[in-house]
Amino acid sequence: MNKLPLLPRLALTAALALLALVMAVPVVLTFTNSLMTEREIGDNYDLLGQMTNAAAGHKDDFVNLKLIPDWLSFGQYDEVLVQTPKFLHMYWNSAGMVAPIIAGQTAAASLAAYALSKLRFRGRDKLFMVYLMTMLMPFQVTLVPNYMVIERLGLMNSEAAIVLPGIFGAFGVFMLRQFMTGIPYTYMEAAKIDGAGHLTIFTRVILPLVKPGIAALTVLLFADYWNMVEQPLIFLQDAAKQPLSIYLAQINQDARGVGFAASVLYMTPMVLLFLYAESYFIEGIQLSGIKG
Amino acid sequence: MSRLRFRRLRGDGPAALLFLAPSAAGFAVFYAIPFAMGLAYSFTDQTIHGSFAGLRNYEALLASGSFRKAAANSLLFTGAGVPLLIAVSLLLALLLNRQIWLRNVLQTAFVLPLVVPVASVVMIWQIFFDWNGTLNAWMHALHGGRTDWLKSDWSMDVLILMYLWKNIGYDMILFLAGLQSIPKDYYETALIEGAGRLRRLFHITLVYLTPTMFFVLLISIVNSFKVFRETYLLAGDYPYDRIYMLQHYMNNMFVNLDIQKLTAAAVLMVGCMIVLAAGLLTAERRFRDFTDS
Repeated sequence: MNKLPLLPRLALTAALALLALVMAVPVVLTFTNSLMTEREIGDNYDLLGQMTNAAAGHKDDFVNLKLIPDWLSFGQYDEVLVQTPKFLHMYWNSAGMVAPIIAGQTAAASLAAYALSKLRFRGRDKLFMVYLMTMLMPFQVTLVPNYMVIERLGLMNSEAAIVLPGIFGAFGVFMLRQFMTGIPYTYMEAAKIDGAGHLTIFTRVILPLVKPGIAALTVLLFADYWNMVEQPLIFLQDAAKQPLSIYLAQINQDARGVGFAASVLYMTPMVLLFLYAESYFIEGIQLSGIKG
Repeated sequence: MSRLRFRRLRGDGPAALLFLAPSAAGFAVFYAIPFAMGLAYSFTDQTIHGSFAGLRNYEALLASGSFRKAAANSLLFTGAGVPLLIAVSLLLALLLNRQIWLRNVLQTAFVLPLVVPVASVVMIWQIFFDWNGTLNAWMHALHGGRTDWLKSDWSMDVLILMYLWKNIGYDMILFLAGLQSIPKDYYETALIEGAGRLRRLFHITLVYLTPTMFFVLLISIVNSFKVFRETYLLAGDYPYDRIYMLQHYMNNMFVNLDIQKLTAAAVLMVGCMIVLAAGLLTAERRFRDFTDS
């Protein structure tokens, strides 16, 4: 790390802090707006989506993205949590799909990643290439055949139509394989000399070392699937089964007043998990990225 | 030698099979077989009881104006967004890698957008970029013209901005790790030999960052496709022309049951990705040979 004299060091810190603040603005605004009264939200954002003519020069023709509420109010939260039972129901839907995806993909992917990084067999690199290519594909690429497979399995309009493809997503395999590639063979050889089989090596040697990688994968999968839009739109026709991401888009349009509180509640678990696991998360991402 | 290596390669076969079985089985059912089916559909005239249609679907696809528009937009978005993202996050990593205060706090702040769900900040974006929005209020105050940011050619820039906002932190962390893995004595030796700042940047930092760069590039491309969510939540099925992406096109073909065009588009897209990935991996291998020798 380069030593910096005091003044440039101060200037650099200040510049980066300013950038970080700007980046935090959308999140901060969502939070402060969630504490406004519905009336204030209405007053501020009534003009959204309308093409009013500003040529007359009325300043009031613009909406007013406001940082500080006039009155602190928990009315939006009351509306979302107490008056709208649907919201908690959707929350539950999201959790019910995301949790099994994370558990399943982490398990299946760590096993496969072990084979792809630590075992020697023919066609290993080609197989890995196939996983890599799949990871690069957007959801729409396998949309039609996937739809047919899911229909044939009788899973249409059920959570399993989202969960099962999620479990076998290629990203986990890719990331954990990168991570495991960085673990030296010597660790395994010591266990081998002691007569350990692959299952023992995997559970006793590799898995404990991969913990940061799994933590990072968990956070990334959570962020990704908590956020899903494409899959539920196609595979869940039943509105009552939709996850929060879809429902929230509707709230934002129909009832802007509660949208902010709903948004805050929606991002809370994600942000808490991130802050809780941050050091692991960062370490995990870093170790997966160094080795090619 | 090669025979010995061959035998060793087969050595772990049975164990590998067991470890791979759960993942590979699910992978086959939900990705590999569907893709093979899609490939087959793209050459038929209808999905059920179809007959071979040769390249007719591809011709129709390439003749379609909306496909060409969507493909051009996607290409432009990824082609401009990914290099920009990599450049900005590399710069940020280089700056954050120096001795500054609040390093950990800043790092957290830059990574935070990655975990904030799209749907929960979409409203802020709307308010900011709306015709009556804050940005226009600022433009007005500065006596500038009013623009409907999301319904003009600016919409692509808005999307790129959101993509940067979300992904800077991730790429920055990866680069930071790459930077820290470069041995310090390389720099010391270079300093003694009188290498200037730029020389050190290009001949040490960037060279030894190359393996990280490949990883960052792959991840950034994957994440560039996810911008569809932002577009969808902001603007729905048919957004402004400039941000009508391949995913919109494919989704709409699905809704309209035009399966042949959709699968043909999918196959073309996969073809492009294979070319890209193969190119990258070849480049990486060359690079490795180069640094090893």
